[in-house]
Amino acid sequence: MTGYIARRAVQAVVVLLLVTVIVFVMLHALPGGTARAVLGERATNVAIAQFEKQNGFDQPLPVQYWRWLDRVLHGDLGFSYKQNESVSELLAERLPKTMLLAGVSVLLALLVAIPLGFVQALRRNRLIDYVLTGGAFLFYSTPAFWLALVLVTLFAIRFRIFPAQAPQGSIGQILADPAGLVLPVLTIALVSIAFFSRYVRSSTLENLMQDYVRTARAKGASTMRVAFRHVLRNALVPVVTLVGLSLPFVFAGTLISEEIFNYPGTGLLFYNAAVARDYPVLLGVTLVVGVATVMGSLLADICYALLDPRVRLTRERP
Amino acid sequence: MTAQTHATELGPAGAYELAAPEGPLKLALDVFAENRLALASTATFFVILLFCFIGPLVYRTDQVHTNIAQTTRPPSAAHWLGTDDVGYDELGRLMIGGQTSLEVALGAAAVAVLVGVLWGAVAGYFGGVVDAAMMRVVDAILAIPALFLLLFVAAVTTPSVATLIAVVGLIAWLVPARLVRGETLSLRTREYVQAVRVMGGSPLRIILRHIVPNTIGTVLVNATFQVADAILVVAALSFLGLGIPPPAANWGGMLSNGLNYSYAGYWWLIYPPGIVIVVTVVCFNFIGDALRDAFEVRLRRR
Repeated sequence: MTGYIARRAVQAVVVLLLVTVIVFVMLHALPGGTARAVLGERATNVAIAQFEKQNGFDQPLPVQYWRWLDRVLHGDLGFSYKQNESVSELLAERLPKTMLLAGVSVLLALLVAIPLGFVQALRRNRLIDYVLTGGAFLFYSTPAFWLALVLVTLFAIRFRIFPAQAPQGSIGQILADPAGLVLPVLTIALVSIAFFSRYVRSSTLENLMQDYVRTARAKGASTMRVAFRHVLRNALVPVVTLVGLSLPFVFAGTLISEEIFNYPGTGLLFYNAAVARDYPVLLGVTLVVGVATVMGSLLADICYALLDPRVRLTRERP
Repeated sequence: MTAQTHATELGPAGAYELAAPEGPLKLALDVFAENRLALASTATFFVILLFCFIGPLVYRTDQVHTNIAQTTRPPSAAHWLGTDDVGYDELGRLMIGGQTSLEVALGAAAVAVLVGVLWGAVAGYFGGVVDAAMMRVVDAILAIPALFLLLFVAAVTTPSVATLIAVVGLIAWLVPARLVRGETLSLRTREYVQAVRVMGGSPLRIILRHIVPNTIGTVLVNATFQVADAILVVAALSFLGLGIPPPAANWGGMLSNGLNYSYAGYWWLIYPPGIVIVVTVVCFNFIGDALRDAFEVRLRRR
């Protein structure tokens, strides 16, 4: 067990380092370099040379990478000249809000998708399976931004149940106004439900074909008992990995949702930075989201190994 | 031997498989043909293709010059689906926009599959340190959500059809790379691969002639889903204002433009582009699902 976790953790560290390399490369792929990006198109060559010297951009790339990594590890993600605030401060303020939005959405999606997928598998190729499959495909195939605006038109404008604007301010203020969270959460959750329920369906179907199901039936267990006592828990184990795998997908969802509902999270921060070409913020958010994804999938893998001994006992040759 | 000569040799080999009475590809196609939903989806896709690429030859409209005197007109005999906010004929624009959307989606899927298959096959075939290094690179790029990378690239450059194909494709190759690598791990231990190795076949020959053709099922299924996803990604980029700039059109851009007029009641600017996007994406998802059944590939995509 410890061996598995250690191997997996080493892998995660390597991946994290590679993520930093990618972000570093992006930083240096900027047209005209960082100096131009910060000082603007019309900066004189003298000013640029001075800026590069001050910030160590005249050093060899490996040296620059090392210094940059050192700063990143000390929590210095750069400075947003456009917003006149350090990127770390911007992120510290906004990341928890995105975590809240993503967490609530994933939780809701799981709560709905697990029963749906399970029922679909039990009633395979019946009417309910076809209807739910059709619905899942439809939601999955609709652009998220259209879905969000349909929700706004329906619930915020026609029926006036939920506001079209997400709550602003601190996390406490956001939690104090749960009605404002409904539409942003639904935007992410609806697409995720479609995605998760397909997965639960196929996972359940796979388990229904296993030998232990036949054994339990042969012993005289009722269909319901086999389904709920035996199949359900086995079918739910891979869902842990699914949550880990879906993190990039969920982050992309928060970006769209935050942009539409003006929810003050990292997605909106990133979007505004992309429009304003605020490169330090773009790269800082990319790095943090990348790190969050790697850590999330590491956590998911460890949970999976805890739940399913087969994973940690089968040695995977690298 | 160079990779190019191998590539040309693959053609006749594939054709032979199709002609063989019990070839795996033929069997898979038979299973696919039994799925009526998949056949209907394929037919629908061909109709959409005709609509986008042949349609403009029949239904001629001016999609270059704006017409301020004829903006947001409802559907009429002159403009079957009305006009948009700068006077373009909506139906004609749907055809032109579809060309862009489909070109980007199909192109990106092709790039993704090409890069992904080669990367995965090489990593899986050589194994060991090479495999570990190559797959960690895949993990790292996969850790950064595609939409974030795309927005970054779109902010740095001005997107065109070519850059969008390159960028979407170069981000989407990760999943096929993983799938093909997994399959190669088991394929490389097969007797026929060992036989080629004993006969002195180079790794390049083994990978291109013997491993890659055997992953065709997995690859085909994934490519189908790639097309569906690419259409949605390009639409999302257009919505975020970083898509292909006008006068070029694409379905996502048209939809997000129409959504600006949600409250004005200009339904003909919202539903036509929205519906063609959903229909096309649903078609590709159905085709992919049926192909997966046909090849019996146990993919964990959704």
